[in-house]
Amino acid sequence: MSDTGRPRIGVVTFPGSLDDRDALRAVRFMGGEGVALWHVDHDLRGVDAVILPGGFSYGDYLRCGAIARFAPIMDEVRGFAEAGGAVVGICNGFQILCEAGLLPGALIRNRQLRFVCRWVDVRVETSVSPLSAGLVAGEVLRVPVKHGEGQFVASAADLDRIERDGLVVFRYCSPDGAIGEPHTPNGASNAIAGLCNDAGNVVGLMPHPEHAVDPDVGATGGQPMFASLLSSALAHVSA
Amino acid sequence: MSASEPLHRQLGLTDDELETIRSTLGRDPNRDELAMYGVMWSEHCSYKSSKVHLRNLPTEGPSVLVGPGQDAGAVDVGDGTAVVFKLESHSHPSAVEPYQGAATGVGGIVRDVISMGARPIALLDPLRFGPLADERNRWLFEGVVAGIGGYGNCIGVPTVGGEVQFADAHTANPTINVMCVGVAPADRLVTADREVHEGSLLVLFGAATGRDGIGGVSVLASSTLGEGAEERRPSVQIGDPFAGKLLIEASLDLVDRDLLEGLQDLGGAGITCAVSESASRAGLGAELDLDAVPLREPDLEAFEILTSESQERMLAIAHPERLGEVRAVCERWGLATAVIGRLVPGGGIRVRFAADTVADVPARSLADDGPVYTRPMAPPADVEDAIGDDPTFATVTTPPDEAFLAVLGSPNVASKRWVWEQYDSIVQGGTVLSPGADAALVRIEGTLKALALSTDGKGRFGALDPYLGAAHAVAEAARNVACTGATPLAITNCLNFGNPERPEVMWQFAQSVRGIADACRAFETPVTGGNVSFYNESGSSAIWPTPVIGMLGLIEDYRLAVRSGFTGNGSWIYLLGETFAELGGSEFAEVVLGSVGGRPPALDLERELRLHRLLIVASRSDLLESAHDCAEGGIAIALAESAIAGGSGFAATLPGDQPGHVGMFSESASRAVVSVAPERATELEDAAAEAGVPFARLGETGGPGVVFDGLFETTVAEIAAVYEDAIPKLLAG
Repeated sequence: MSDTGRPRIGVVTFPGSLDDRDALRAVRFMGGEGVALWHVDHDLRGVDAVILPGGFSYGDYLRCGAIARFAPIMDEVRGFAEAGGAVVGICNGFQILCEAGLLPGALIRNRQLRFVCRWVDVRVETSVSPLSAGLVAGEVLRVPVKHGEGQFVASAADLDRIERDGLVVFRYCSPDGAIGEPHTPNGASNAIAGLCNDAGNVVGLMPHPEHAVDPDVGATGGQPMFASLLSSALAHVSA
Repeated sequence: MSASEPLHRQLGLTDDELETIRSTLGRDPNRDELAMYGVMWSEHCSYKSSKVHLRNLPTEGPSVLVGPGQDAGAVDVGDGTAVVFKLESHSHPSAVEPYQGAATGVGGIVRDVISMGARPIALLDPLRFGPLADERNRWLFEGVVAGIGGYGNCIGVPTVGGEVQFADAHTANPTINVMCVGVAPADRLVTADREVHEGSLLVLFGAATGRDGIGGVSVLASSTLGEGAEERRPSVQIGDPFAGKLLIEASLDLVDRDLLEGLQDLGGAGITCAVSESASRAGLGAELDLDAVPLREPDLEAFEILTSESQERMLAIAHPERLGEVRAVCERWGLATAVIGRLVPGGGIRVRFAADTVADVPARSLADDGPVYTRPMAPPADVEDAIGDDPTFATVTTPPDEAFLAVLGSPNVASKRWVWEQYDSIVQGGTVLSPGADAALVRIEGTLKALALSTDGKGRFGALDPYLGAAHAVAEAARNVACTGATPLAITNCLNFGNPERPEVMWQFAQSVRGIADACRAFETPVTGGNVSFYNESGSSAIWPTPVIGMLGLIEDYRLAVRSGFTGNGSWIYLLGETFAELGGSEFAEVVLGSVGGRPPALDLERELRLHRLLIVASRSDLLESAHDCAEGGIAIALAESAIAGGSGFAATLPGDQPGHVGMFSESASRAVVSVAPERATELEDAAAEAGVPFARLGETGGPGVVFDGLFETTVAEIAAVYEDAIPKLLAG
């Protein structure tokens, strides 16, 4: 925690990260202190939570996130996660967390085989995660997606376990919370937009909450997610 | 072109041009020197056919910081912020290989902006294709859109607007333009005014040099595509957006740390262009060591290294004492650097390769003293026939509701959602109004200001009257910007034409430039730069004369921006401006009557300007609920689009006593459809009267119905389905 009492949220910049500045801006907008982290450093600079931002790390010419998982800073992120620290992967960050084995499943090419940028609705499925701690299951939030490889898939056994253990954090839905194929922008299994690990401290999602905090540029479904993250980060400090 | 031709002709140089080179050098040029002249004196690089006309454009204004002649123009938007912007064509490469052609177009224009020291904050893509009924056109369309997304999405610059149009004239030659907008602190712009010193180093950084794009500017961009276009694929460059993103960050880091005397992108004509322009600008020469250029493959020849258009390379000019820091910055971003030469007194470019001097030519002669042609001009023989056949006076039997749905579902009018959902329009967090709006709005971080951006071209109008078509393009771009409440400030342009060696094309070009000049003078929106793309023809098929305008506007407080969608029930709808019987060159005429003929609508520039002023004043006093430009498809389509965008129906009566189809679909200029809360209607009427803008109340918003009084009625849901499904249906084949 910073001297000012504000939670310090680290945002990792890999070469090819694109939404890193946006995540830092969203952290500041919501009252936290944004801390820029650099991919080759073995140092998390004492942050209270870590965001792996959107983008195309290392160009993503191989599988998305497949190279970033080997970045030096990922050793620190893994250690931080294993110690119970809040780690959030947004879009490319979600892909990296799956590649790193910190989250189950994988993100593959969108079912329609095209990049998609659009505002969508997601339904909160659990309040167990750093992004949903302050939220109630069933709540619907409006956030944008923008990705070419956002179709969440997992083996039948994994998918079963994910559902049974309540690891799904967000599902794509209609504005009134109904789940269905027309509301899922990428064909994700079970309309999964975001999920967490067993411990509930590592969460990944395809939508971009950092682009949904400032009412001047759109809807604000990302505000409650960031508010949750900031309070989760504070809880980590006091724990 | 055949192998038996003399070398200079194979390289695109005429016999006269060869003579000029001989007399400049006082000897015969060697092979490598000819290759350098071939690319630098190409139409693409030298503007040899267009220069005499471009001189007539207004280029000065109080806010212009950098006018034409540098990598991109720059405008002062206050608070010490400069906006850098430029529009460019990548039509020829895209016609041969749509994905890479379009992708590298994005990469190229982005490097133009970063070479001015500005951070790219927005991209817009005006695109023109042949009809989607044709399978090859669908392949081009899908490939170009994917290529723009593939590059733009990967470098973190939002694509916020553009346009997509379809016409037979673009079947053989799609017109692919791309605009990039950047911002920089005005005192940190990297302009030609920077002091450059003898002995300063030429530092190449970024990707290695390969064989891709050898002679792209002379082979592809400066001749017509005919038989064997596929064989020219090696002349298309391959993009690496990841390297492009690293170049952006490294370049801006170098500029932020004030390490550079100059920064030049390597695009058309590669190293030859970057070095000769840098040296010529500084009044110096350069020693160039090709052995120092990092190569992607080992056995490149000198002329290939000199003219390769390999992407993602930049040239920095730095004092030797700064070299260590320059290298450190590039290394941080994982980019290779190589000192490939230095600036020397004397003005000659001396090129060494494998221990030999392979070329020694004056920088100025390459970069600035290229040929200038005053080519013959003549109006096309058939233009009077086309104008004479005016659809305004045709007998129309199609019922108005059928005609309305046909125009609404025509690909030129219909929703382009299929296109812009493939572009990341929100990265960087500044996009206030995104694709689909009249103009995109992108805010300037840390202020309440936003840039308003619109690109417009008027294909049919230009085909019928190139002067009017060009002036209309400027007027519509300014009107789109004004509809959001922003003030038009300046333009960039991309002038897309056929073969300038044909007098008809040259006449169209001259007329178009005159139209742009007149409109820009009237609106006080100077031209800060642009690009000319000639030779857009194949065999007997040339594109329509298509000047595309990229308009930059500024709104002081983006919270007052006006959107195009109807906002609620019971607002009053007004038409600002006046409708005349003008169906010449209209969407209705082409879709319903099958006619591209008649005289395009008249354009009174003063009347147009009065409308812009009214829209801006109304925005400042937060008077309007919505405002939407009235253009393709006339009032009927403007009303429909506002209804679809806002999800609100309306009931409207068309003003005047014209036949129904004329009132609905006339494309008279200088009009906008606006809505206002009833209690403020008088205020709007007073403001319009004071501004000298005619107005008429059309009706009211609200409910699910779309009602054209006395003609027909339907629902928002029904018209939205027609509007949204048109292009996906065509693509399904």
